[in-house]
Amino acid sequence: MSTSNIKHALRSLILLVIALHLVGCGPSAEEKEKRDKIKAQMTAPKDPLQNKGIGPVKSLTLGPIDEVMAREGKELFESLCTACHKIDKKFIGPSPKDILDRRSPEWIMNMILNPQEMVEKDPIAKQLLIEANGAPMANQSLTEEQARKILEYFRTL
Amino acid sequence: MKRKFKLITGALVVISLLAFVRCQSTSEGGALGGTAAQKVYVAPGEHDEFYALVSGGFSGQLAVYGLPSGRLFRVVPVFSVDAEKAYGFNEETKPMLNTSHGFIPWDDAHHPDISQTNGELDGRWVFINGNNTPRIARISLSTFETEEIIELPNSAGNHSSSFVTENTEYVVAGTRFSVPVPQQDISIDEYKGKFKGAMSFIKVDQETGHMDLSFQIMMPGFNYDLAHPGRGKSHGWMFFSTYNTEEANSLLEVNASQNDKDFIAAINWKKAEELIAAGEFTTMPSEYAHNVYDESTHSATSTIKKEVRVIDPSKHPGLVYFLPTPKSPHGCDVDPTGEYIIGSGKLAAALTAHSFTNMLDAIENKKFDGEAYGIPILNYDDVVAGVVQQAGLGPLHTEFDGKGNAYTTFFISSEVVKWKLGTWEVLDRQPTYYSVGHLMIPGGNSRKPFGKYVLAMNKITKDRYLPTGPELTQSAQLYDITGDKMELLLDFPTIGEPHYAAGIPADLIKPRQTKIYKLEENNHPFVARSEKDTKVVREGNEVHIYMTTIRSHFAPDNIEGIKVGDKVYFHVTNLEQDYDVPHGISMIGAQTSELLIMPGQTETFIWYPKKVGVWPFYCTDFCSALHQEMQGYVRVSPKGSNLPLKWTLDGE
Repeated sequence: MSTSNIKHALRSLILLVIALHLVGCGPSAEEKEKRDKIKAQMTAPKDPLQNKGIGPVKSLTLGPIDEVMAREGKELFESLCTACHKIDKKFIGPSPKDILDRRSPEWIMNMILNPQEMVEKDPIAKQLLIEANGAPMANQSLTEEQARKILEYFRTL
Repeated sequence: MKRKFKLITGALVVISLLAFVRCQSTSEGGALGGTAAQKVYVAPGEHDEFYALVSGGFSGQLAVYGLPSGRLFRVVPVFSVDAEKAYGFNEETKPMLNTSHGFIPWDDAHHPDISQTNGELDGRWVFINGNNTPRIARISLSTFETEEIIELPNSAGNHSSSFVTENTEYVVAGTRFSVPVPQQDISIDEYKGKFKGAMSFIKVDQETGHMDLSFQIMMPGFNYDLAHPGRGKSHGWMFFSTYNTEEANSLLEVNASQNDKDFIAAINWKKAEELIAAGEFTTMPSEYAHNVYDESTHSATSTIKKEVRVIDPSKHPGLVYFLPTPKSPHGCDVDPTGEYIIGSGKLAAALTAHSFTNMLDAIENKKFDGEAYGIPILNYDDVVAGVVQQAGLGPLHTEFDGKGNAYTTFFISSEVVKWKLGTWEVLDRQPTYYSVGHLMIPGGNSRKPFGKYVLAMNKITKDRYLPTGPELTQSAQLYDITGDKMELLLDFPTIGEPHYAAGIPADLIKPRQTKIYKLEENNHPFVARSEKDTKVVREGNEVHIYMTTIRSHFAPDNIEGIKVGDKVYFHVTNLEQDYDVPHGISMIGAQTSELLIMPGQTETFIWYPKKVGVWPFYCTDFCSALHQEMQGYVRVSPKGSNLPLKWTLDGE
């Protein structure tokens, strides 16, 4: 082996070792998959009524309005939500009046049940957080059943 | 040339391998067998394996650390006021610090002990003693709040406390100083015979944890230093170390160090229960406070109790025996099997291990060596099981690893010594820095120790940390005890004096955590469960503001009609129902602390407005991006003003 060949081989080896080091401590395939997933979630559908949001409620079909549920939903709303949401005006957050014209029922429930992840990842919720000057939607630790009752109340507004 | 190439290639291969190994071990993290740094490293976002509940000594509080990292998570206010958390400042917790001597803002907290079931840690509560004005506190391990404090009558220097029996039937507390019982105006020289030592047995309700002083055993006027309940076979007995059996009442450092042996007192509390059931007690007039915090009203109440049941051991053979133990024994520790009772004679050269089996045998065969105040004294040679010779200087406390080994601290020679139960041979010794007091192995005083670490708690640090003027930090030191030899892993500074600690696997505590208080379960008399319940009510010169907080406003936030000379109550309810969203509030010129209100909770402070003007209040706990906007104003008018009360939020 000539000296230049050796030098060449050495240079390649050193480069290989450096490359291996870089790869060795870089992100794993698993982490990449996670990142891709988040990216995918960030590109949500454009039509707001098609956006079901992120959270436990995947699909919901609404029947005729249940008056009993709506009444119970009103009570819950008044005790847990009115510090930030008024019916007749935008307060800290938006008014829930006519909200079903603007949002899907799934989105509404997910926003109630999973606000932190929603304002981090859902494009509409992210925008609303900005419009509210960064005032976050509070998680009032409601059950899915309670959130459903509040949704029923919103349908009567 | 070829050789050089091979050498360089070889070197590169080795470097690559090293780098590979480095990446591997970082991803595994904290594995045993690594360096000390690796063993205590808990990566960002990861949790510690154990909780260490470390008493704050003269700070009066209980500090919560993680092990092995030594990170401080919380200081639970117990016997001392805490302005940060409004403990002892807000109206709700002031009654917690009430005593028969009135409100006391401080105490000296020494020995935490976690509740047990079948002799194993169960993670429900931790109890701790206040030494100075004798009290026992119970802290919930769901809320990490002090829920109850009971004062102990006839007690003084409540030091041989607070230790729980095998099923938390009792939390036991013994007096350090003997005093006249009942208290009376007599000459101090009348100590001998007139002074008594009260051992208190506090019954614990298994559902609520509520404490009730069931009875006191009135012992001779010695000093009672430490205590430990029997375990397993010795369940039903309680052991107390004594010193000053000389009954000196002055210059104790000389006069209480005369006898070659003092005693470990063995009390058969099952027998005491029988006596109580049979009415074999006297009821003594007394006065002591019992303070209970109610999670539903978020408020404490204080009740003064008026009597206590007392048993005189001299009248009831079989209730108490004395085990002679060299010399001024301090620690009194029972091994996980319940067979050995270790007396650490702090002025003796040796550690004494008594045998419970020998003790029962000696009692059965009435092998007594005299009596003291009617209490039989057993023969030292009949009860002793073994002696650890020349282990060190100034033995204080012993804990166990559950593998047949014991670990004892030596104050004067500043070391932890590992020795073997049964053979009494010393296996290892490691220095501490410096002057170690207690040590703690998680579960190390129970039937089931988790023998992975020992935490040594030191009285002096001298040169171990950056100096901070004349007063230096005290500290704890963590040792790995999984190998034959102990290995020092970590020093970490502590609050106050880290007197004793109780450790428990995090898995026994984490699932119990209270995350929020439910608004609908809030029964505070001044709660406002929603903004529509907010109001301001005047009753003479007392004004009650029913206020709410949520990110990021107060309701109401504009208040008018307050006058100089009023006594203004701010009753503030945090409407949040989300984890980790407390709000704070403070008012300019309020002669008290802030409030720090957990989600769903109501707290109250009082403000005496003294000056006319418009005065602001604001949220003190950074709650959201609009925290700086979370503020309000109170208009204060002159005394005699006719301005009506008015309260609004956003003009409504």
